[in-house]
Amino acid sequence: MTSTTVNSFFAKGFRDGLPFILVAAPFGTLFGVLATEAGLTLFETMVFTFTVFAGAAQFTALQLMQQDTPTLIVLVSALAVNLRVAMYSASLTPYLGAAPLWQRALAAYFTVDQSYACSVVQFETEPRMTVHQRMAYFFGVVAPLAPTWYAATFAGAALGKTIPESWALDFVLPIAFIAMVAPMLRTRAHLIAAAVSVVVVLLGAGIPHNLGLILAGLAGMIAGACAETVIEGRAAE
Amino acid sequence: MNAQFDPVTLWTVIIGMAVGSFALRFVFIGLVGDRPLPAWILRHLRYTAVAIIPALVAPLVVWPPATGGAPDTARLAAALVTAATGYATRNVLAAMFAGAGTLWALLYLTG
Repeated sequence: MTSTTVNSFFAKGFRDGLPFILVAAPFGTLFGVLATEAGLTLFETMVFTFTVFAGAAQFTALQLMQQDTPTLIVLVSALAVNLRVAMYSASLTPYLGAAPLWQRALAAYFTVDQSYACSVVQFETEPRMTVHQRMAYFFGVVAPLAPTWYAATFAGAALGKTIPESWALDFVLPIAFIAMVAPMLRTRAHLIAAAVSVVVVLLGAGIPHNLGLILAGLAGMIAGACAETVIEGRAAE
Repeated sequence: MNAQFDPVTLWTVIIGMAVGSFALRFVFIGLVGDRPLPAWILRHLRYTAVAIIPALVAPLVVWPPATGGAPDTARLAAALVTAATGYATRNVLAAMFAGAGTLWALLYLTG
């Protein structure tokens, strides 16, 4: 009986994760293409994508390395882009924290926007699920997603060198970033955070080693958090 | 764009990111358990992506390296169309295709 329900939760996760391959496929391909264009070998590109498994952070590192940014700043910026997964990890902990360590380690690796978003909704909607069932659901969401991402990166890397210069690939990455971030601007606090960071980075364009990026990121985060506090304070009055 | 990276730099970045991004994901679910986090930390974490990504993109939009840093109508318009579409539709792919379409159409017309 138990294994039947565990299987059915895996299947439900799989169905919920399926639409996201429409996003993972083009972005994985794009990463493969751009990494190859930037001079990475197929092997380097695939190791990158397998070990890091974080789209936006991978694109950030690639972009900054091409601007001759010091390694430490590349790492800090790329990991900062990915700080939100720490928040996901914190938010999933009450639901999955009781699972065995190896399962939690595996779940940590697969914690991305899509697996988090589906899981948290599912776990809130059906609070009586067991930890085992929750893990099954979580890995169900990941099951169509991760292989698509790896395969698409591979296809992109294999394709990379054959794309003509007239496609202006230099600007596909900025467009991809804007497309990722615009839908995240859900509240006024998000808009304020983004606006402050843009103003600071443009004013700080003369700061060496891309340090302006880190300053702008910090300024944006603080602005967003302050705006949220102020807006919540007003709502409470 | 075809400059080869120094292998030491590249592998430092790959390994550093592999360890770092796993650590970020593992720290709470693996180590902290279900103790709650201070609200102020969560409040700042919520804005990391919307603060860093625009800061990464803005200089590339205003001073694109491909034109030697001269502002370029096609790229500026493509960026604005992407942002507006993404904000209005909340759809990553729609925004991406609208932006790329604008870029290629304008480059074709002006080039």
